Amino acid sequence: MSFGVDIDHVREHFRLTARFSSAPGLTALFGRSGSGKSTLVDIIGGLIRPTRGRVAVDGQVLVDTDRGIFVPKHRRRIGYVFQDSRLFPHLSVRNNLLYGRWFAQNGGGASGDLAAIVELLGIGALLDRRPDSLSGGEKQRVAIGRALLAHPRLLLMDEPLASLDEARRAEILPYIERLRDEAGVPIVYVSHSVAEVARLATTVVVLSEGKVTAVGPVLDILPLADATDGGGVLDATVARHDEPFHLTVLASAAGELQVPQLAATVGTHVRAYIRARDVMISLRPPEEISALNVLPGRIVAIVASPNGAQADVRLDCNGATLMARLTAKSVQRLALAPGRPVFAVIKSVSFERS
Amino acid sequence: MTEEEWAAVRLSLLVATTATAASLPLGIGVAWLLARGRFWGKSLVDTLVHLPLIMPPVVTGYLLLLTFGRRTPIGAFLADELGIVLSFRWTGAALACAVMGFPLLVRAVRLSIEAVDSRLESAAGTLGANPLWVFATVTLPLSLPGVIAGAILCFAKAMGEFGATITFVSNIPGETQTLPSMIYTLTQVPGGDAGALRLTLISIAISMLALLGSELLARRIGPRRVAT
Repeated sequence: MSFGVDIDHVREHFRLTARFSSAPGLTALFGRSGSGKSTLVDIIGGLIRPTRGRVAVDGQVLVDTDRGIFVPKHRRRIGYVFQDSRLFPHLSVRNNLLYGRWFAQNGGGASGDLAAIVELLGIGALLDRRPDSLSGGEKQRVAIGRALLAHPRLLLMDEPLASLDEARRAEILPYIERLRDEAGVPIVYVSHSVAEVARLATTVVVLSEGKVTAVGPVLDILPLADATDGGGVLDATVARHDEPFHLTVLASAAGELQVPQLAATVGTHVRAYIRARDVMISLRPPEEISALNVLPGRIVAIVASPNGAQADVRLDCNGATLMARLTAKSVQRLALAPGRPVFAVIKSVSFERS
Repeated sequence: MTEEEWAAVRLSLLVATTATAASLPLGIGVAWLLARGRFWGKSLVDTLVHLPLIMPPVVTGYLLLLTFGRRTPIGAFLADELGIVLSFRWTGAALACAVMGFPLLVRAVRLSIEAVDSRLESAAGTLGANPLWVFATVTLPLSLPGVIAGAILCFAKAMGEFGATITFVSNIPGETQTLPSMIYTLTQVPGGDAGALRLTLISIAISMLALLGSELLARRIGPRRVAT
């Protein structure tokens, strides 16, 4: 399963140019608002006809302006989860979920499907309710189930968590992770939240002002993304729990990390997202310091902010990339330069469970 | 109530029901085109639909006579090939009423369709529904209150239609003498006042019952048409 996009779309005062192909798993379209992310998913989903270009999924050409091909959205078998759930207000939750099944050609084993998806999303108790009586988080889970039950070969999610508060987001994120790992449907996920992308993405496509500026695996790409809360991502596993202090120890390529206790069992794969502004740099191993995490590394690059007041220092910690945001003064005082070995210092309390 | 008066009431109910039932599918189709369609000549269609509303009813009736009369090509074709005679028959009265009620029907349905959140329609499309299914399963159910209102307006207009009907199919007792035509006839003859008053009261009662019925129906369906 793969899909490829190569399009130009011109709208008044805005030009979107995108060319990339994607790997299995979850592909995050990442960028600030107005960067063209939503337009791009609308083009993939068939809601917008691009000015020029090609879109192909699974080898089938959906759009090719040169050959005059445009497959309408109802024949694409591409699921779409919108930011505003768009549940049908006149149908019960059950009938919302079953809506796409009326049209799915290969809806065999259908009742088993419904049970499995209801179980996956934890919406069994909602089936006989009306959409207007559901909370925002419940609506989004039903909307995800509805899209999945139409048997899509690709699932588009346009900022599905944007209209929800922190608690509701935390409620849905695990379901999206299960979806990515268990449902076997590739996902294109639009987001402007670094934390969401860091947690969910397999591949990241970074969009900026209508152009693709970077494509690649999340661990490589995210540190380069231009974002105010930018940072690095570490792939890690839960090594052990430090019960008396309510801490969890993670093992990663960069070294051990102590973070606030997680509800995950030992051996679980997790991602640690470390914001650049939470990282300090020391030239020698710090002693008598409160911070629990000290990771040795080497400076790869120093990128100054546009006004020169701050700099993002990119570190290579045994193959993993970490970012540290420092003042220009600190960079000068420590005489930091590419190639120099340093120590990254991170307070455990700066980690949040996303 | 005389037998003649009852006949007029029964005929009016038959004509109005037939006119409404015949206008409804076409009216919903035209309303959908005007609400969601983008095509060349849309404002022309819009104007044509509204024409009976702004023209004198007598003119509409006369145009119907010129188009569907027995000796016109269309009238002759309908009579010879399909066995349908419109002029001076109750079916012609139903056609006149349908034409006169059509703009009211289309207007109500169109406003109601325009109020349906089109984001729901595109969501239905991504789930595999083609445009016709989207209309049948999302747009139409959500615009049902407007469809009911439009049907009641059309029915009420048909119950009261006088000018176009009398011009097109005349005023033949038992065949084309509807409630308004009968009231008009009774006011023209000496001693007809009591009959005219009786029919007037019946006319008011029917209109009020229709309105009440539509209110009850609309309340049961409820105004749920925005994405949630």
